[in-house]
Amino acid sequence: MATQEEIVAGLADIVNEIAGIPTEDVKLDKSFTDDLDVDSLSMVEVVVAAEEQFGVKIPDDDVKNLKTVGDAADYILKAQQKA
Amino acid sequence: MTAKISPSKGSPYARILGVGGYRPSRVVPNEVILEHIDSSDEWIRSRSGIASRHWAGPDETVAEMSIAAGGKAVADAGISASDIDAVIVATVSHFKQTPAVATDIAYRLGAGKPAAFDISAGCAGFTYGLTLAKGMVTDGTAQYVLVIGVERLSDLTDLEDRATAFLFGDGAGAVIIGPSQEPAIGPTVWGSEGDKAETIKQTLPWDVYRDTPAEQVRFPALTQEGQAVFRWAVFEMAKVAQEALDAAGITAEDLDAFIPHQANMRIIDSMIKALKLPDHVAVARDIETTGNTSAASIPLAMERLLATGAAKSGDTALVIGFGAGLVYAATVVTLP
Repeated sequence: MATQEEIVAGLADIVNEIAGIPTEDVKLDKSFTDDLDVDSLSMVEVVVAAEEQFGVKIPDDDVKNLKTVGDAADYILKAQQKA
Repeated sequence: MTAKISPSKGSPYARILGVGGYRPSRVVPNEVILEHIDSSDEWIRSRSGIASRHWAGPDETVAEMSIAAGGKAVADAGISASDIDAVIVATVSHFKQTPAVATDIAYRLGAGKPAAFDISAGCAGFTYGLTLAKGMVTDGTAQYVLVIGVERLSDLTDLEDRATAFLFGDGAGAVIIGPSQEPAIGPTVWGSEGDKAETIKQTLPWDVYRDTPAEQVRFPALTQEGQAVFRWAVFEMAKVAQEALDAAGITAEDLDAFIPHQANMRIIDSMIKALKLPDHVAVARDIETTGNTSAASIPLAMERLLATGAAKSGDTALVIGFGAGLVYAATVVTLP
């Protein structure tokens, strides 16, 4: 099971791959849409990549609540504990 | 007693013999869409890849566009309209349900008395029709089948919905399916996911207009859950596309062209990545100037890919349709 730090590092790599944002800019308080140039469709790609990497499911209905990198990391952390 | 029934005698295989398209004369750039919604040309292009689309005028009916596209497909196939044994029309935007528009199209094309019927399979309608036609030719119930995908989606567009107002276009695309001595249409991988019926749909059924005063209801339009559709289209449809390649016994390396339903440029781009398509594969990107024309999109994109020289006759192409239902169908074809 990944720690919060590992999840953020993983998300940083994913966001870098999909949106071309430098990994060091992907921090807990950053908003995907406002700070990281991840629009609603790119967010789906980020979510699918994160599901694969961390072995969790993130339903479409929950994706809209993941505003920041911290939201996503917390969600993945909890989902891992439930799994 | 059980009498011995003679089997029908079909061609060993079927192929696409010709393709034709009709694009309405009115070109509608994003600026026109922006008169009704708070958005921008840049936003529309970045989310959909669409710069302009064609919208049909009053005279460019579902039947008229189909006859124009069908006539071109007949000529391209080098047959006569009177050779056609069956006409299949895939559409969701012909507003008169009975009789099927296919019979009028067949008659006015000069096809005589072919079997003729409409099918409703959303944006997979063309690929569904292609699959039926292949079966008819190999079964022997028809030698030449005209398959048409046609839409007037401008009639089902909510101009004030900023998520879809820019998306849809009008047009018709047609192919002739006929006999072949070589396999030229692979096995179809198809299916439906009715549990996702709400993700793409017409907002209201027509009988609302019988039961409710007209001023209380808004005319039906197509609506979709963008993120859910995107996820399904990219990641689930990439698996279906791969299954179609496997069923045809080829790999992505063997492809010359990729002609997906023109739903959204972002979906097309992401499918290319998910499928790991090699750079040499020509990809249909007709959506940029045609918009999403549902059942018409694949034959229209096929015609343009051939007309521009990006693909040529004899090339191997992967086609995949997917949309409202949700339904999907993918197969590998030899281009006409």
